[in-house]
Formats: sequence, C-alpha cells, structure tokens
Amino acid sequence: MDITLQDTIDRQQHGAAGRLMASQTFWVFLAAIIAFAYLSVATSSFDTSQNLFNVARNCAFVGIIGLGMTAVIITGGIDLSVGSVLCLAGMVAGMMMSWDYPIWVAIPCALGAALACGFINGFLIAYVHMPPFVVTLAMMSFARSVAMVLSGNQMVYQFGVDHAKMVAIGGGSTRGWFNALAASSGPDSTLSAVFTWLGQSIFIPNPAILLVLFALVFGFVFRWTRWGRHIFAIGGNEHAATLTGVPVRRIKVSVYMLSALMAGIAGILQVGWLGTITTGMGTGMELVVIAAVVIGGANLAGGGGTAFGAVVGAVLIEMIRNSLTLLGINPFWQGVFVGSFIITAVAFDRIRASRNPES
Amino acid sequence: MTALKLTNISKHFGAIHALSGVSLSLEPAQVLGLMGDNGAGKSTLVKIIAGNFPPTGGAIQIDDREVHFAQPIDARRNGVEIVYQDLALCNNLTAGANVFLGRELQKGWGPFRILDYKKMYQRAGELFAELKSETRPRDLVRQMSGGQRQAVAIARTRLSEPRIVLMDEPTAAISVRQVAEVLNLIRRLRDHGIAVILISHRMPDVFAVADRVAVLRRGRKVADKLISTTSPEEVTGLITGAIENA
Ligand SMILES: Nc1ncnc2c1ncn2[C@@H]1O[C@H](COP(=O)(O)OP(=O)(O)O)[C@@H](O)[C@H]1O
Ligand SMILES: [Mg+2]
Repeated sequence: MDITLQDTIDRQQHGAAGRLMASQTFWVFLAAIIAFAYLSVATSSFDTSQNLFNVARNCAFVGIIGLGMTAVIITGGIDLSVGSVLCLAGMVAGMMMSWDYPIWVAIPCALGAALACGFINGFLIAYVHMPPFVVTLAMMSFARSVAMVLSGNQMVYQFGVDHAKMVAIGGGSTRGWFNALAASSGPDSTLSAVFTWLGQSIFIPNPAILLVLFALVFGFVFRWTRWGRHIFAIGGNEHAATLTGVPVRRIKVSVYMLSALMAGIAGILQVGWLGTITTGMGTGMELVVIAAVVIGGANLAGGGGTAFGAVVGAVLIEMIRNSLTLLGINPFWQGVFVGSFIITAVAFDRIRASRNPES
Repeated sequence: MTALKLTNISKHFGAIHALSGVSLSLEPAQVLGLMGDNGAGKSTLVKIIAGNFPPTGGAIQIDDREVHFAQPIDARRNGVEIVYQDLALCNNLTAGANVFLGRELQKGWGPFRILDYKKMYQRAGELFAELKSETRPRDLVRQMSGGQRQAVAIARTRLSEPRIVLMDEPTAAISVRQVAEVLNLIRRLRDHGIAVILISHRMPDVFAVADRVAVLRRGRKVADKLISTTSPEEVTGLITGAIENA
C-alpha cells in the first residue's frame, strides 16, 4: 500500500458527478427545466416576457422567505409565522408611510418589527425550550392580529411622500433602472442608447434580483462561515453541538430572527408591488414556503438544506401554479400538485436513507 | 502538584443520588481506571469534571486552583478534554468538521472570516494518522464504523494541549485491533504529561494501561488502589459488592 497521508486527506467520498446524482436538489432542478421546456412548447402564453416576469416575481417572494426558512429547517426547527410576519412588516411600513414618514424611517421600523417577532420566537424556543411548532404557531396568530389592529381596519393605498419610491422598489424592474440610467446619461448619447436597449431586452423584477443576491449570500454563509457550520451541527446533533461548545441557544435565536427578517423584506417588497396592503396579505404563505424548501431538498428532520435548493423549490412551485392556470386547469387543483411534489420529494429522501441504514 | 483534585463531590438528580461524597486526586502523567457497574455514577462523575453540569456539593481543583464550570467550554479552557460515551458526533458532517466542531479554524481579515477548510482537513488527517486510524477527514461520519467514529472523538481531544483527558468507555464498541490502538493512544497522552481518567468495563484494558484503579459502587468510591497492589479478582469483587471495601 502506498497511499500517502496527503491522498487520505484529499480523498473525497464520491466524485463530483456522484454527489450531483445523489442530490435531490439536482433532480428538482432538472424537473424545473423540463417543466420550463414543456410549458414553452405546449402553451403560447408561458414564455412571453410578461408571464415570465410574473412567475419570477412571485417565486422571488417565496424564495426570499425560503432562504430564511432553510436556515431554520437546517437547525431542525420550523417557522410557521412567516406569512403573518410578512403582513405585519408590510403593514408597519405602509401605515407609517401613509402617515407621511419618509421611507428610510418606515422600512427600518418594519424590519425592526419583524426582527422583534423573530427574537420572541427564538427566545422562547432556545431559552424556554418550547417546541418551535407551537411557538411559531402562536406568533402566526399574534403577528397578524397586531397587523390588523394597526391597520385600523382600513385599506391603505396611498404611501405619503415616498409613495413613488415604495412602488418602485417592490414593483419595479431592471427596465426602470436602465431607463433611469438612460435618462441621466444625457439625450442622444451612445450611452443613453445602450441603456435604453438594455432596458428593452433585460426585464427582471426587482424582487427576483434581490432573491438572486440573497441566495448567493446565503449559499456563501452556509458553507463558509462558522455560523453556517454550526446551524448544520445543531440540526445534526444538538446535544453534540452543545457539548462541543457551539453557542446553540444564541444561534437558534439568530436563525429565527433571520427567518423573520427575510419575511419582513418580502412583506415590504410585496406592499410596493401591490401598491396596497390588506390584513390578509401572506395568508398561507408559510405552507408554500415550507413546501418549496422541502421540495428543494432541505431535511425537515434537520441537518440538511441549501440556498440553491430553496430557490429551485420556489421556482418549481410557482411554475406549477402558473402552468395550471395557463393550461386551463381549475386552480383548485394546485394544492394536489404541490402536495404530491412534497410527498415525492420526501419519498426520495426516504429511499436514499434506506439504502444507507446508519443515517 | 495535582492535576485534578475532587473533594466530597455529590450529585443528586431529584431523588436519585448518583454520587455521594466522592474524593479523588490525580497526578500529571497518571492514568486512572474508573470502574463500576452500570449506574454506579461513572459517567456522571466525568461529566461533572467536564463541566456538563455542576455538582450538587463538593469542590473541584485543577492544578491546585479551585474551578467552577458553568458549561463544557469552561472546562475545555481549563485544559479538560472529554470523549463522551455517545461520542457527541454530528452524522451529517464530515470527520474533519466533527473534530473541529466548536473550534473551527478561520482565515480572513478582521470581521470577514471564513472557514479554513484546507487547514482543518490537513490537521484532522494528521491526527488520524497519528492515531493510526484509516479515517478520512472528508468522509461523512454517518457512514463510519464504530472504530472510526471513536477515532474522530479521540482526535478532538488532541486539538488543544489538554492537562486532563476523560474517556468514557472508549473501547466499548470497537474491534480488538482498534482497542490496542486506543490503549496506545492513552499511553501516548500519558507520555505527554497528561492525566487520563479511563472509564471501562473491560478489566484487561484497565490493567494494561492504568496506574491506578478506582471503583464506584452506587455513587460511592469503595476503592482506590495502585494497579500493582490489586488484582482483577479483587476489583471484580469490589464492583459487584462481594468485597465491601478496600
Ligand atoms: N441526567 C440525568 N437525570 C437523571 N438521572 C440521571 C441522569 N444522568 C444519570 N442519572 C442517573 O444517575 C445514576 C448514575 O448514572 P451514570 O453516571 O450514567 O452511571 P454509569 O456511567 O456508571 O453507568 C443512574 O441511576 C442514572 O439513572
Ligand atoms: Mg456510563
């Protein structure tokens, strides 16, 4: 035997291809691509830029919250309060702006409200040892109720002095940014023509751009930071993490605060896009988000999940929803499709686990 | 100088008196075999030394200084390392990640610090080689044999320069060849001046490496003898209660 120490150190269990094939996220990604190809061919309305724009925007909301949810699920927890926190943050931002506070005051307050919800969740779970399911279920009820009280039961569709900014953030797209650049680079200049052309050809909603940026950040943090390593450790064996000196309780609090923060960001974007707020905003969102994250390969038992998976899961779910409408299928069937995908995804996981009995 | 001195340690879990009035001292470079029947309180005793929970009563001194541990990390900072009976491993992480769990190496500038995978895998690989274990640092712990898992847990204690290493049943779930390796490792720790407490059910292991043997029975220390002054028969009698005291 002439295996050197360096060989042993560098030795990977499986090759890159093997790891890819074993990853649920890869198969879901493939499914999304096939669905995309099929819908482009089978319908005339799917691959229009307006429809793709809508799909991208819708899956951005799910995906942004899904990134935070992925962190929670990796630690072995769950956050049922995201739909309500989304509504609360949107309501705080919208109400404050309707009272003529500037946007740079309203947004931090809205995110602060979301973070407070996340802190309460995390504190009760990590320090009082209450089950995440129960705590976040209570917060789901609590946050929406506060949002309702705050709204004074009125519809808000006028966001005061910064109305235009709010609408531009949530409802805008690359086209708006490029057109603004074109306008500011002087009439008739080459630069202006280039920006105008870019604005015509690239048409991506702001929330989708944010989703991509957030996904890159989350993907990096999950893999390259101690915090990322520790959330996986907590999900894999919380007791072992505690014994080895991982600050388990602080990390759990941070994870629920992060999840709430992402819901808050999605809430603000959604208010800008809709141009109005209702107390029903984000109802049922938690289930769609959890479904997306699980379909994307996160393990509800804890210890597994990726940022890319959350995005892919969100894309697949939104494509299913969109295609049912386009194919003229009664939208009431949506739940059946999403439910079947969840079961298929978890079945995948079970099959892999049974091939590998020690897990 | 004594590496570790316990005075009148007791621990109650509600009505259960897991430990009552246990006193014990240990010199540097000494290996103590800690024996006793199931439920005698062995794990509880080492967990107290490792800072898992505070004793109900009694005092702990390390290097002649009294210490109070609120959590395992405090014990670690005072040079106490432990290999837990259940090994405390995360199945979803690699062997290397488990070795460095809670003390990951980082690189970077100021607040922007990222994990130094290369260095951690390098060091973990060296530690496994030192233990003569075939464990590969990049393999997931999930897929490992009992002996490999043991090696991961033991490799952890070598990250720092510990004064005291506690081992709870390190040879319970591994093959004969690996037992010999673990015993060699214990000798190597001792040669480095480290005090070792070895909990084991296996009489031959204790008699092979330990300098002293202490026996717990129902939470009380009933014997504490040099290996050269006792025999496996006497220790067995002490464990079962056939011999009351020694
Ligand atoms: N966390 C705990 N809570 C309650 N009782 C415990 C706990 N840990 C240990 N015990 C009890 O303390 C006694 C000693 O246990 P332990 O130290 O694990 O024994 P040993 O390791 O010698 O087999 C047993 O009766 C056990 O049931
Ligand atoms: Mg025990």
